[in-house]
Order: sequence, then structure tokens, then C-alpha cells
Amino acid sequence: MFQIQRASPVYDVVVIGSGAGGGTVTQVLTNMGVSVALLEAGPMLNPAKDLKEHMWPYEVSHRGAGPGGAAYFGRDPYPFGYFAASFGDWKLDGEPYTVAPGSKFDWFRSRILGGRTNHYGRFSFRFSDYDFKPYSRDGLGTDWPISYDDIAPYYSKAEAFIGVTGTKENIRSTPDGVFQTPPPPRVHEALVKRACDKLNIPCIPNRMAVITHATNGRPACHYCGQCGRGCMTASNYASSYVQVIPALKTGRLKLFTNAMARELISNDEGRVTAVSYIDKETRQERMIRCRTVVLAASACESARLLLNSKSSRFPNGLANGSGMVGRNLTDSVGYDLGARIPALEGMPKYNSDGMGGMHMFVPWWNWEKMGLDFPRGYHIEIGGGFGMPEWGDFHDVCDHHEGYGAGLMDAIQKDYGVWAGLSGRGEMIPNDRTYCEIDPDVVDRYGIPVLRFHFAWSDYEYKQVNHMHETFRSILETMGGVVDGPKHLEDPTKAISVGGTIIHEVGTTRMGASPSTSVLNKYSQAHDVKNLFVADGGAFVSNPDKNPTLTICALAWRAAEYLAEEMRKGNV
Amino acid sequence: MSDYSSKRGGVSRRNLLQGMAVTAAAVSGVTPAMAQRARQKVEAERTASGTYQPKALTDHEYRTLQKLADWIIPAGANTQGALKAGAADWIDLMSSESEEMLGIYTGGIFWLDAAMRRMHGKNFANATEADQRELLDLIAYRKNESPELGPGIRFFAWARKMVVDAYYTSPAGIQELGYLGNKAVSKFDVPPECMDYAIKHSPA
Repeated sequence: MFQIQRASPVYDVVVIGSGAGGGTVTQVLTNMGVSVALLEAGPMLNPAKDLKEHMWPYEVSHRGAGPGGAAYFGRDPYPFGYFAASFGDWKLDGEPYTVAPGSKFDWFRSRILGGRTNHYGRFSFRFSDYDFKPYSRDGLGTDWPISYDDIAPYYSKAEAFIGVTGTKENIRSTPDGVFQTPPPPRVHEALVKRACDKLNIPCIPNRMAVITHATNGRPACHYCGQCGRGCMTASNYASSYVQVIPALKTGRLKLFTNAMARELISNDEGRVTAVSYIDKETRQERMIRCRTVVLAASACESARLLLNSKSSRFPNGLANGSGMVGRNLTDSVGYDLGARIPALEGMPKYNSDGMGGMHMFVPWWNWEKMGLDFPRGYHIEIGGGFGMPEWGDFHDVCDHHEGYGAGLMDAIQKDYGVWAGLSGRGEMIPNDRTYCEIDPDVVDRYGIPVLRFHFAWSDYEYKQVNHMHETFRSILETMGGVVDGPKHLEDPTKAISVGGTIIHEVGTTRMGASPSTSVLNKYSQAHDVKNLFVADGGAFVSNPDKNPTLTICALAWRAAEYLAEEMRKGNV
Repeated sequence: MSDYSSKRGGVSRRNLLQGMAVTAAAVSGVTPAMAQRARQKVEAERTASGTYQPKALTDHEYRTLQKLADWIIPAGANTQGALKAGAADWIDLMSSESEEMLGIYTGGIFWLDAAMRRMHGKNFANATEADQRELLDLIAYRKNESPELGPGIRFFAWARKMVVDAYYTSPAGIQELGYLGNKAVSKFDVPPECMDYAIKHSPA
């Protein structure tokens, strides 16, 4: 069945997955002169054709509700709206996953060049020095085998290359980096900052992977507020148009799209020699030979691939001598609260689009304060402004106001742009009840065994959600806001986000000093398989309250340089 | 804000990109000309100029739905209203793609006609404005829930949210709402009068 020709080339490096990790490895290696084969399970992205940037809702016949108005019946075919560049969903046809009884978990997958970076939030916060030593600090979780100083130069390289806005603040929880000038605050963000000033909470310009001056041939942001739709001028970061498409021009990249990796083939010496994949267009299984492999299929997908790569030498899956593949899974804690802000009622309208995300945010500020009843921090994201009207925006007003005619129109006009929302994104501590494994009973349409998820929050996270609620309420009320929620949270177990829905899943192939308790060494190289690296969030040892993408890029950059050097020395 | 109509159809992806640095092509491979060609050509906003032919509803149902759209978002000093913005056309289009949606509208309009006939001996669309208002004032509010009115209240909630969606995602609705974005600008600024207003109205 294998379509393998004896004369097929042996690639120096095969990278599996073209998101933040795979894109960064591809960019770094091709620029160093290394030839790379890149496998992506989805199709090519053609930004000019595929992105819906600047489209008005009336330019699509269903206005975003889906054919036949599917969204009115709760069958919204577009998880982040019709115009988003998500190219994926919580469920994919023919590619299921299962969730163990008693657990709730949702897994978002984007099958497209660039993966989830095409639509992601682009918030780019460095981990703190203390984030790399969580066990030493509070006795929970596990320390990383690297320190902040090890990764800091790679944060700088990644920030300089992809472009990140920000300002020097000297806040320990969220270290400063190489920043481009951020845009000024929107009105509601300025009001949040005023409230935070009164409450002694820091509120600082956002660090967002958006360029505000031309960088590496990419023009500056044009402030249309639509980063989530992808950017046709590549003025924000997505690995597709910032890294992979440019890498194609080096002549050192061979891109395989619609290539769903199935298994890593290893030899008796414990080296990976080939990658077996399904060509989705022909539904044929093929093999590609390699000197080294970099897994960057996303934390859970990479764990799945390792667990499905069993051999007599690796009966528990490849590189899984520790039994840690699939374990230590975490997502970020999520909690949101909004308020109507009377001070915004009647304010003259203005174009509040700006960058496609908040211009200000609240970094964690309590890192040295003892006496909290939960161990780890969170940051606060800010929403609001006069957005482009979209399908469903005024259903709540219709519901509350009822009626029709001038009164209803008035209510809608009064509601537009007068809301501010706060979202907490907090650190979850790995626990024994949260992991993914192979479901022995289910395969996908390509015959590949699928993942089964187990997920459980603990009191550490529930108490953090309580703190988020109290903090958000005090900020919103200090603004004069009318909070859309209870005075105190009665049951944080009902208020916390569902596992996986913040789409920050990491930790499933964690790095560590010891091969008995970790999958990767401090260079993201598998302890058990020297020519195998992992460049996605799987390498994380903890999941600090800073969105993972920037750290994925920095770790991938570091791994790629190490890999190139080891190849040069003949060590892999 | 008031010159939206002059911009309508003019604020396109093409125009947006034309105002931008030509280096757009350097990395992303997208030139303004390519973007122009690539732009998905969609049907221009259809207005109730008499050119729309209902695809799913009967002429009577379509006319009744137009009346409802006119009641829900009427024309006024600041807007041409939902009828001219094509709200009934859009609901008909969605109904033509979904039996479930079509059932809501055919059933709902049937109910509306039956209720009006019982009250005033006429179909809804043929009743006087005062009679139409009398019935709508009953079914536009959940507080009037009763076995007799229940189906009408639920149907009107459907019509209201769909007319609202159709209208506020149309050029007329976007203009009336006052959304000023979806354009390429070289610098992001907040007008001082907006900031001053909000701070003046905030707690000290």
C-alpha cells in the first residue's frame, strides 16, 4: 500500500504542522540554508482569495448566519463568525475525538496552512522568570529545565521578526521585550485604565503581534480591527503569510498540503527514518524519508501521533519511555464579565476599529502578594467599542426591549458601543485527572486512532475565577458600569470556561531534565529519540497566564538553531 | 457619517488596499490588483424597488412579511427603514434554503392572517394600520402570553430578530447605527471630544 519509491529523497528535516511552531522552525531553518519538507493536514492558504478582510456583512448572501439561516437554529457553521480566518471547528467531519465520561473538553483544530495562527488573538506576553520555576516558588507543578535567561534571547528574536507592540513597564509578571509603538487607548479602554489607577491595578498598552511600522517588507497595520479575519497585507503575525509563504521563496522548502501525518516510522537504533502520511486528495498512504523530524502539529495532535507510533522498541508509543506523552495537559482558565457603561451613552461615534484586539490590558499584578487563596495568576483582556454590526449583535436587545418600531430602534442605538467586557485568562496547574490518550475503539476516516480527553479543573482554578469576578466587578463598577452578572459568584464550577475552549492546550510532551519524568530535553529534543524534536505547545512544563503563542515561537526558534547545530556536528 | 450613501459600494477592499504601501506584495504576495480580482463578487444589496422575486414565499406571504418589516424598522428621518433595505427579501432567501425556516414564516403568517380575520375579518396585510397595530401590540410582548396568543408572540420574536439582523447588516442600518470603520487608516486616533465626553460623564 505504501507509495514509496526507492529513489525518493531524504529530507534533512521534516516538519509536521505549519502553525506557530512549525512555521517558526521552517523560517529559521530555511534561512540557515537547511532544506525542509513541511507537512500540513489542510490546504494551502491564498490570502488574497481566502481571507475575508474588509468584507461587509451584506456582501455575503446569508449575512453570516449560514445557508438557510443555520445559526438561528443553533447550528452556527462558523465558530468565530463567518468572516474569521479559522478554517476549522470544534468538530471536524470524519476526524472525531472522544471525551471520557464525566469530563468536558472541546478541541479546536484548523486545517489550513498556518493553522490557528491565521485567526488567533495575537496577544504576545513573555513568561516571567518565576513562571519557569513554579515548583520552587509554591511547591505545585514542576520546574522547567530552562530559565528565563535561556529563552529571553529567543523572545527577542521572535518579537523582532514577527513584530509586537508594547511599552517598557518593568512589571515582573510580564517582562518587557522588543516592541513597536502601540496605538493609543480606545475610549472604553481609557475608562478601564482610570478605574484601574484608582484600584492600584496596572493597565498598560497591549503587546500584540501587529506591526505599526513597516517591517521586513510588511507594511504597517492599517487599523481595520479585523485581525481575526487574517491580514492580506501581512501586517499581523500568522505563520502562513509571515513565515511559510516567504520560506517557499528560498527554494529550500518543499510543502506538502492536505497531508495528514499518520505515524512516525523508526528503526532498530531508535531513530525516526520516515513519516507516513495520508494524502487527503487521493486518500493514499505515502511515506517521506527524513534525517530528522520536528513535530509541530499542536500539543494534542503531536501527542496523538507519538502514541500512534508504536513498535517493538517503543511499545507505549514513540519517545514515551516516561509515560508522559499525553499527560500534564492544561488549558487556560477563562472567565468573562461585562457591564453597560452609562458614561458612553450619547458619546459621539468614532472609528474604534484599531488593531484587531484590545489596545490596553491588565498584566498579573499580585505575584508577590501572599494571602490569596489560590496560587497562580491571570491577566485581564478588555473588550468594547463600536464594532462592525454582525448577525445576532442585537438579539439581546430584541429580547429585553421587545416591541417594535421607533422604540426598538432607539434601544438598539442606545445599546451600541456602550458595553465594556473583561476577560480573565489564568494559569491552570497540571493535575492527574487531565490528559489525553488513544481511544482504543475509535478511528478517524483515515483509520488513525483518535484521542480521548480527560479534563478536570481543581480548586486552584475555581478560586481564581472567584477572584476574577470580584476584581472585574470592582473595575466595572468603579467605571460607573451596570454589571451584567451577580454580585458574587455563587458557583465558580459553573462559571469557569469549559476545558479546551480558550484554545491554549499545552504540556502533553513536556520538557524536563529527567528522561523518566519528561518527554523532551531542554532543547525540545526527545530524550528517547535523538532525531525527533517537538516545537509546539506540547513542550511546555506549565501554562502561565500568558497566551502561549509567543513562547511557542521562541522555543521553536531555539530548538531549530540547536537542531541545525547538532546536524552540522553530525550528532543527529 | 451622513455621506454613507456616497460611499456605498465605494468602500471596497480594492479602495482600501489602494491607499496602502505598495510593499504589500513583498511578503504577503498580495498586490492591490490581485486583491481586486480576488474579491468575491456578491450580489449587490437588493432593495425593494420591485425587482426582487420571492423564491420561497407566496406573493401574499412576501407582501405580509414586507408589512412586518416596515412595522419593525420603519422609515424615518434617519433611515429608509428595513423594507427598503430588503429585509423581507433576505428572509425569503433564507427560507428558500431551509424548510425549517420556511415553516416558521408560512406558519407564522398563516397565524397572523387567521388572528386578524377573527378580529376584523381581513388578512393582516389588508387590515387598516390601526388594526395591524392593535394585533402587533399584543404579540410584541411576552407579558401577553396566553394559549391564544402564544404562537403569534413566538413568531413575532422570530420576525423581529431577523428583520433587525437584516437591517443592521445592510448599508442603511450600518449608516443609521453610525459605524464608521472598516477602512484603512495610517494612524489610529480617538477624537478628543469623544474622550472628553466619556470622562466628563464618568464617576470622578
